[in-house]
Amino acid sequence: MKLLKLVPADTNIKFLKVRLPFFVVSVLLIAASWGLVLTQGLNYGVDFAGGQEVRLTFEEREEAPIPELRELVGGLGYGSPVVQTFGEANQVSIRVPLPAEVEETPGAATEIGNQVIATISGEFADARTDGNDTVSGKVAGEFRQAALLALIAAMVAVALYIWVRFEWQFGVGALFALFHDVSLTLGLFSLFQLEFSLQIIAAILSIIGYSLNDTIVVYDRIRENLKKFRKMPLPELLDLSINETLARTVMTSLTLLVALLPLLFFGPESLFGLVAAITAGLFIGTYSSVYLASPILIWLGVTSDSFVPPETAIEKQEKAARDRARGQV
Amino acid sequence: MLDFPLWKKISLWSIALLLALLAVPSLLGAGGLTSGDAFEELPQVNLGLDLAGGSHLLLEASEADVAAQRLENIEEAVRLAMRNAEPRIRIGDISTADGELSFILDNPGDIDRAREELQPLIAGQGITNEWDLEVIDTQRMVLTRTSAGLRTAINTAMEAAAEVVRTRIDKLGTREPTIIRQGTNRIVVQVPGLEDPEALKELLGETAVLEFKLVDKNALLTNVQAGIAPPGSQIFPYAEESDRAGGFEAVKRLGGIRGDNLTDASPGNDPQTNEPVVTIKFDSQGATKFAKLSTENVGERFAIILDGEVLSAPRFNEPILGGSAQISGGFTAESAAKLSIQLSSGALPVPLTVVEERSVGAELGADSIRKGLIAMLIGSIAVITLMMATYGRFGVYATAALVFNLLILLGVMAGINATLTLPGIAGFVLTVGAAVDANVLINERIREERKRGRKVLPAVEIGYKEASRAIWDANITNFIAGGLLFIFGSGPIKGFAIVLVIGLATSVFSALMLTRMWAVGWLRKTRPADINI
Repeated sequence: MKLLKLVPADTNIKFLKVRLPFFVVSVLLIAASWGLVLTQGLNYGVDFAGGQEVRLTFEEREEAPIPELRELVGGLGYGSPVVQTFGEANQVSIRVPLPAEVEETPGAATEIGNQVIATISGEFADARTDGNDTVSGKVAGEFRQAALLALIAAMVAVALYIWVRFEWQFGVGALFALFHDVSLTLGLFSLFQLEFSLQIIAAILSIIGYSLNDTIVVYDRIRENLKKFRKMPLPELLDLSINETLARTVMTSLTLLVALLPLLFFGPESLFGLVAAITAGLFIGTYSSVYLASPILIWLGVTSDSFVPPETAIEKQEKAARDRARGQV
Repeated sequence: MLDFPLWKKISLWSIALLLALLAVPSLLGAGGLTSGDAFEELPQVNLGLDLAGGSHLLLEASEADVAAQRLENIEEAVRLAMRNAEPRIRIGDISTADGELSFILDNPGDIDRAREELQPLIAGQGITNEWDLEVIDTQRMVLTRTSAGLRTAINTAMEAAAEVVRTRIDKLGTREPTIIRQGTNRIVVQVPGLEDPEALKELLGETAVLEFKLVDKNALLTNVQAGIAPPGSQIFPYAEESDRAGGFEAVKRLGGIRGDNLTDASPGNDPQTNEPVVTIKFDSQGATKFAKLSTENVGERFAIILDGEVLSAPRFNEPILGGSAQISGGFTAESAAKLSIQLSSGALPVPLTVVEERSVGAELGADSIRKGLIAMLIGSIAVITLMMATYGRFGVYATAALVFNLLILLGVMAGINATLTLPGIAGFVLTVGAAVDANVLINERIREERKRGRKVLPAVEIGYKEASRAIWDANITNFIAGGLLFIFGSGPIKGFAIVLVIGLATSVFSALMLTRMWAVGWLRKTRPADINI
């Protein structure tokens, strides 16, 4: 049986020839992402902003009465709600922000939530509540803090591990690649104003995990080749390592993609944001391992000596003894 | 490296099969096959509320409330202690502000006796005093709250509150609620299957402190309506549901009793008016107090006060000696039932506010499971096809390892009673990714080594050896990230992290041990000169 080979054997693509332009573009993209996040902000869901999100099914309708709902809930005086279909045409999710003046009041979100649901069920007899989330301002603040802490702690901890297992340059390279991945994901969420919730934090951490996986596989091969080809110039050696692991990179990304796509298209609606973020991150992470994590090693001055332990005193004596023995013959 | 002695084979197989078997009850449970048979006893993966449907409430007590309440209590205790001292210690200018209680002794000579009386009151439950006592100008005494004392007070109040919450929910008849304290002043309540938490919120939203206080008959009606209380009295508003809503009642500050000492409370109807009422039964101590109060005040009116609102103010027509009483106050059948639960479970020591609420209908949960399973099924078929088409026989091993991996992951989760949530499903997909990646790394390496001209056995051996370094590094780093996620994360993040962390461990096991055992077993048996990879 002929087996499938996605990547031909012995590829020799000069990935790093264009490292500088790619790096510049990446840095610009990072800057643009943060610019977007800082100016346009993230579209926080109830987890992080507080307020209420309720999901409803209108059992006796083909289509949910979205304009009416917008007017009805908006009329309650808590600002304009976000009303959108969620799954089928007769299913909606309604998000009501927490007014700034009650952000500190612990029970405000629940009260607003009760009122919204009561108002809607009063007006539409066939509205069935499928799910309801209300989060108070204080709890939302704690979620934001915990999420930020988890992200930073995870990135720093894995960079430390790589530093210990490899060399400090590799730790810096991996950290920078991760920073790139997180920044670009946040930038995408800000650009398209997608709802940013606790689930997305889980997605970002998966992206970190996946990108790291890729980076480590390439780094592992670089380490191996550094020991093997001591005289090879670094850019060439990096290209060799990336090419050698290319088949694996493509194969793994593809398998993950074929596992994710069904979840994206046929999976539960509540998971869409999370899966979409991971799918986008798959590409961002693969790119960063090749074009950011690797060339940084050149600029940080990794040499083949980094992994060859200096000779110990015993080894020196043995070598000298061998030389003497050779001399006597 | 390629040596697999019999003991190793047996132990690997038994670990894999045993852990995979643990998954069986959960799988059958998902198919709805376990109801009422022996499987129910076996450990199963819990379904999170987002999948099973149910309600999650995060309740918070305000620390300021606890503090204010303790201040109120100490004031009352001090007044009582001074009054009951022999001879009575006269005090004046009592004020409570900024967490301090201060008062002046009318006679500075009482100072030592006052100190002695106060000693048991300020001790609190901890090792350190709850209150610091200070004497200013030989006659003003100031009690200041200590922070340790407040902490202990909050802790005690929350401990008691969690107990009351549990009792109330149990009486509501919902199944298997989870009630845990979180942090210093919070309680998490999770009730599977409860789709509409409205009733639950109402039940927990009131402290249900019941008091019986004598009505101050000398108070002028106009003063009472204006909110001016006669000395020694307090003014309470009538409850909205009561037939005198909008009105007020002046009651005597002292001499009433609290409804703490109840053994039971049940809803019923008044035999004469057929109005819904709640019948309460005092314990022996409460019955004695109530008998005394009613005997001494026959003909007087007393107010029944719930959480600072007057329900009704009936008259003691005769001494009530039986230890049971009937409360009316414009109840409906539902509110009478609710109050009965609240009163018989005891009063909450501190008001609780819902600061986070999540509820998911069973239908949405079931829909999520169905769609998640379908997507995972399609994904798995695609992954398996890809693996087999790419690596042939080694792809079959990888696939078998993948199936084992998922079963073992489910089995371990069942074994430790972990909870599967919606984001956990995404965690499953990433685990598939990690497991596949390990196999891809190994197989690509074997391909490479074969291409370099190594013989079959050494190529496989080196393939596993060289690939396992990267596999370990990658999985350990991810494990670190997942672990931190579990520690710092909350709610949905935790559900994702638990699957990820367990899944990384199982995927290393299945990829590095199981596939190797199978591949080596085949190579040893057939000794092929070439392999198709």
